Amino acid sequence: MASYSTNEFKAGLKFMLDGDPCSIIENEFVKPGKGQAFNRVKFRNLKTGRVNERTFKTNETVESADVVEIDLEFSYTDGEFWHFMDPNTFEQYAADANAITESKDWLKEQYTYTVTLWNGTPLLVTPPNFVNLAVVETDPGVRGDTSGGGGKPATLETGAVVRVPLFIEIGEVLRVDTRSASYVERAKKD
Amino acid sequence: MLQGEPLQTVLKRRASLLANVRRFFSDREVLEVSTPILSSAAPTAPYLDSFSTRFSAGNNTKTLYLHTSPEFAMKRLLAAGSGAIYQIATVFRNGELGRQHTPEFSMLEWYRPGFSLTELMAEVDALMQQLLGVPAAVIFSYRDLFLNYLQLDIYQVDEATLQHKALQHIPGLTADWQTDRDGWLEMLMSEVIEPQLKTLNKPVMVTEFPASQAQLAKTERNQDGHWVARRFELYAGGMELANGYDELCDATELRKRFEQDNQLRRHQGKPQIPIDENLLSAMQTGLPQCSGVALGLDRLMMLQMNVEQISQVQSIPFTES
Repeated sequence: MASYSTNEFKAGLKFMLDGDPCSIIENEFVKPGKGQAFNRVKFRNLKTGRVNERTFKTNETVESADVVEIDLEFSYTDGEFWHFMDPNTFEQYAADANAITESKDWLKEQYTYTVTLWNGTPLLVTPPNFVNLAVVETDPGVRGDTSGGGGKPATLETGAVVRVPLFIEIGEVLRVDTRSASYVERAKKD
Repeated sequence: MLQGEPLQTVLKRRASLLANVRRFFSDREVLEVSTPILSSAAPTAPYLDSFSTRFSAGNNTKTLYLHTSPEFAMKRLLAAGSGAIYQIATVFRNGELGRQHTPEFSMLEWYRPGFSLTELMAEVDALMQQLLGVPAAVIFSYRDLFLNYLQLDIYQVDEATLQHKALQHIPGLTADWQTDRDGWLEMLMSEVIEPQLKTLNKPVMVTEFPASQAQLAKTERNQDGHWVARRFELYAGGMELANGYDELCDATELRKRFEQDNQLRRHQGKPQIPIDENLLSAMQTGLPQCSGVALGLDRLMMLQMNVEQISQVQSIPFTES
């Protein structure tokens, strides 16, 4: 397995720490006074999703993590696993509930998701920043109010619930920001 | 690298900074000098890595080091009777690359024969006010800083307590972290105290360092009877900007410190550094009592331009050089 020295640290580098694959968010070289230099590293544990800090002595080495990000199409779920397919090779990947924690409200068949693979197994499924989804349930709109001032909850076809303006009706397709789980606009008709 | 107008801004800022520095010193009749960048000797400090290169002309070959500061050469000029001198030098430090570090940077260094450390600190303060328009610096002793910010008396506290405090205050530090007493002090200083100094919104000068961190400064007993180094550091905007000494003039003591450094290097499996015999013999001839300081000009520019990365104030950043 390849290893990295602290002088190769940079944002995005994938490495192993205490048995878990991690990704560097921020790396800072610190030289306290005239003393020994070290690297202050902010990283995300790709298994738990948690962000942490760790101090490394300069020239310390870490093992690289066999982590890659690829774009896969969501196929279906059998309740236990969520199945994805590589549209080029037709290779199948099964993600468990842990991997889809952040994306489960946004999974729609045939849509493309960024999947982080560790040793070939899906670790994390990230939805695109914006998705178009149809409204399956919402209270009837209030006539005359088109300002969207108050808003109301609407359930989307994937199960996500977002606040929408009062004029939105069942069956309409909305553009939604998955990062904030918020309504952006009515989706433009193709 | 930058292009067009942003590039012009950086180039002009640097040019005017250098012009202002030169005016400051010419007004005070301090002479600008240039000294060699290559030297057959180098500083021995254990955590300072010089670049080395090889001179070769036929059979005549030798290892040369790129200077990490013009200090040794300037002290030889002082011993030879130069009087007050300053230099704006490009200096080189291997392995130092980060937000506030780059292996090749600009250093302003000056020496004042006959000046006490206090007088030199006042001059540094005047320069800062003139260049940056900042308020006068506040002065703390190293001990007071630790008392104020960590409720630790550095003259009483043991190493285990320092370690405990560091683990408690510094996120990401692991329990197996190994260092010595000065290592813990420096760690607490840079990770816990320095960030808080930034909130004072004015430059801070720290004096009376522990004698074990004297480097090339004189040591003395202070009013409370503790051994301290006659040394100061200037912090501004959360960065260490300058380091000044009441210069050690005793060649025997200096040789001892160089040798101790090399011993520490040996323990750590690092290369031995040839001691600067030219400097030591110049000091034997007589280095006049003087105070001297080195100030990082790139960091000063970072403050002036309010930017976060040292690469943003360089015409061509190190990573693209």
